[in-house]
Amino acid sequence: MISSLFGKRIRKAVSITVSVVCMAALLTGCHGSAGRESFNMPESFDEGTVYEIDFWAKNDTNKTQVEIYQKCVEDFEALYPNIHVNLKLYTDYSAIYNDVITNIATDTTPNVCITYPDHIATYMTGSGKIVMLDDIIDDPRYGLGGSELKFDGPAKDEIVPKFLEELELNGSLMGLPFMRSSEALYINKTYVEAMGYEIPDVPTWDWVWEVSEAALEKNPDGTYAVNGQDVMIPFIYKSTDNMLITMLRQRRGGYSDAAGSILLFNETTGSILTEIASHGQTKAFSTFKISSYPGNFMNAGQCILAVDSTAGATWMGSHAPLSDIHDTKKVEFETVVRPVPQYDVSDVQMISQGPSICIFNKDDPQEVLASWLFAQFLLTNEMQETYSETEGYVPVTLKAQNDPAYLDYLSRGGSDNGLHYGVKIDCVKMVIENTDNTFITPVFNGSASLRNAAGQMVENCVKTVRRGGTVDGEYLEQMYSDVSQMYRLTELKQDNSISRDLGPLPGTAIALLACIAAAWVCMGLYVLKDRLIKKK
Amino acid sequence: MKKFTVVFAAAVMAVSLSACGAEENAQVPETEAEVVTEAEEVEADAEADAEDADAEADADTTEESDVVVMSYDEFVAADVDTEVIVETYVQDKQGWWENEGVGMATFYTQDKDGAYFLYNMPCSQEDYDAMVPGTKIRVDGFKAEWSGEVEIIDATYEILADDTYVAEATDLTDKIADAEALADYMNQYVSFTGLTVAEREGAAFTYGWDGSKSQGDDLYINLEDADGNVYTFVVESYLRGADTDVYQAVEAFNVGDTVDITGFMYWYEGPQVHVTVATVK
Repeated sequence: MISSLFGKRIRKAVSITVSVVCMAALLTGCHGSAGRESFNMPESFDEGTVYEIDFWAKNDTNKTQVEIYQKCVEDFEALYPNIHVNLKLYTDYSAIYNDVITNIATDTTPNVCITYPDHIATYMTGSGKIVMLDDIIDDPRYGLGGSELKFDGPAKDEIVPKFLEELELNGSLMGLPFMRSSEALYINKTYVEAMGYEIPDVPTWDWVWEVSEAALEKNPDGTYAVNGQDVMIPFIYKSTDNMLITMLRQRRGGYSDAAGSILLFNETTGSILTEIASHGQTKAFSTFKISSYPGNFMNAGQCILAVDSTAGATWMGSHAPLSDIHDTKKVEFETVVRPVPQYDVSDVQMISQGPSICIFNKDDPQEVLASWLFAQFLLTNEMQETYSETEGYVPVTLKAQNDPAYLDYLSRGGSDNGLHYGVKIDCVKMVIENTDNTFITPVFNGSASLRNAAGQMVENCVKTVRRGGTVDGEYLEQMYSDVSQMYRLTELKQDNSISRDLGPLPGTAIALLACIAAAWVCMGLYVLKDRLIKKK
Repeated sequence: MKKFTVVFAAAVMAVSLSACGAEENAQVPETEAEVVTEAEEVEADAEADAEDADAEADADTTEESDVVVMSYDEFVAADVDTEVIVETYVQDKQGWWENEGVGMATFYTQDKDGAYFLYNMPCSQEDYDAMVPGTKIRVDGFKAEWSGEVEIIDATYEILADDTYVAEATDLTDKIADAEALADYMNQYVSFTGLTVAEREGAAFTYGWDGSKSQGDDLYINLEDADGNVYTFVVESYLRGADTDVYQAVEAFNVGDTVDITGFMYWYEGPQVHVTVATVK
């Protein structure tokens, strides 16, 4: 038995989400009755009162990240002794999401949490739940880079503009970026070159499929020619929802729009799924859900092309600092990092992902200000740089990206297999170089379900062909219908309070308004009559 | 006119107050009604799912003569991704949960010849409750392998009432160092005796594999055999949560304790027992 394992599949991540979201919407959306007034910045921060703020943070099942959060809290509390930060740790965004949704209904949300933009959009169901940051980031005293801050935080123009824009919803800023990552194509260079292929700077889908099919060649004894083993899954994509979303983006196919319209079921999608299925049928391609973590197969020499998050870079490669497989299973090879496969190398498109920071509104503006101060502290250079260095994450501030200490860190890539692990730092450089080529999908209440549906379709198609089935027009039509029903896509509406249609006014409210109008008319007539009498 | 205005203003106030009151009163039941409706819909969906499952099960039963049930050896010989039909007995189960409105659970099952791990099998809460240890079921699904763990996925089931079977734990202490031999017992109920609690991240156990999780998550322990080899065992939180005896027993472990372990021979890139009983000697 091996000694270090990470074998738990994500099973309950999406468990009660739908019903919980429905409950939250019902409990908070009663014509604003459960809403809270928008946060207004106090004149000054009250340092004479003790404030407790709850911070729900996510780590990548990474002890170092946990320690960094803990140190961040300690450092912050040393600067602001009257603010106590209660850190609650999660290793899964969906678990935070479910807990937040549950706590919205009872008004017991945390003060600050690490989350995805898709999720913030759902938290915004109901007015005043989330602190919108448009005004407060510009506050000269407590805003970004403000004069009253006790730390050297970034100014607004020191946050990567593209990352800040990702948090805009209907023209309002709903959070701050915390870290950014993307996906990378990890390549076993040793094996691919041994097969006679050169590795392009930007691989195309055609190249990936061709190399994957070629890697299935077998020796007379039944082993695979490329590795001499019984197992070879040439190409594994970890996140199949990202896979379909990215391919659609690259081909300018429909997915969704900012209004929350579902555009996923179209001809381009069908064409892409058919293409994926054809390589699933030969078993040149598989997925995390069907086979397992790409890094496990890659490090054993059983996979030569793997797409996974840059935030998983420390698991990829012969000398990866983290690994789930026994050392005896590992094989020696050189790993190179490239952007995810493209349809058009002159128009590179890769998904932007990574955690963001969300601040919840509370009755006491001072408590919210304490939360806001802590949120900004997460953007200081030390926090940004140390957290970024744990994985293939990119700091979200230019202040950190251009810090000499950080540039020195990047320059040492490959000098050791720990802090300066080469594959990890190559990933960071690749994401920084391609920041302008990253994209996000529109965020709306329900966009998380649409994302799940996209991934489900890839999984379904690959499973079907592996089991001897056929993916054709008829199959796709039926699957679109099934998936749409399963993820309730036909019921999705943009449900954020900002743009929410509250429906017709109740009859009593109409009567009230009519009476008020009538009263004003009567009072006006009375005043007019009084003046006319006086004039006479 | 002044009197009229006063009276009219009072009337407006009264209407206003009643309107506000009516608004509140109108909204509360409306909300409750919607919640109930939502709950009913979810329940109705679950019932519909259960009915669908029952219908499928009935369909299987009506064509009893066409059903070809595999033996354990035939299951082992079957290729991954092929359809498999087996009759087996529930030994244990992970927590029931819903994915997009579909209830499901993971089951540890076994017959006298071998064991089957039923991963995320759709089932109603009612059937889940009925599938207690010993319950015989017929399972129709697809053979799969995930990081070495052989399992049945995308399965449907039928509860059979003809007999029951609860497996005794097989003592594999003498095979602990032989992963190949342990693979022959994959998913079976097994036991190991006289192991010593070894240090893991400076403690007797960790929440999560590296200690990055918190109480309520999976518990990982390192246990050492007489030859000094160290193995990882897991209290899978979906199988035995923080409120169970075994979870709390492991939380009370001290480095150096001698312990006996019983559980299911799960696999993740190698043997990784899901512990159900832990006893300090």
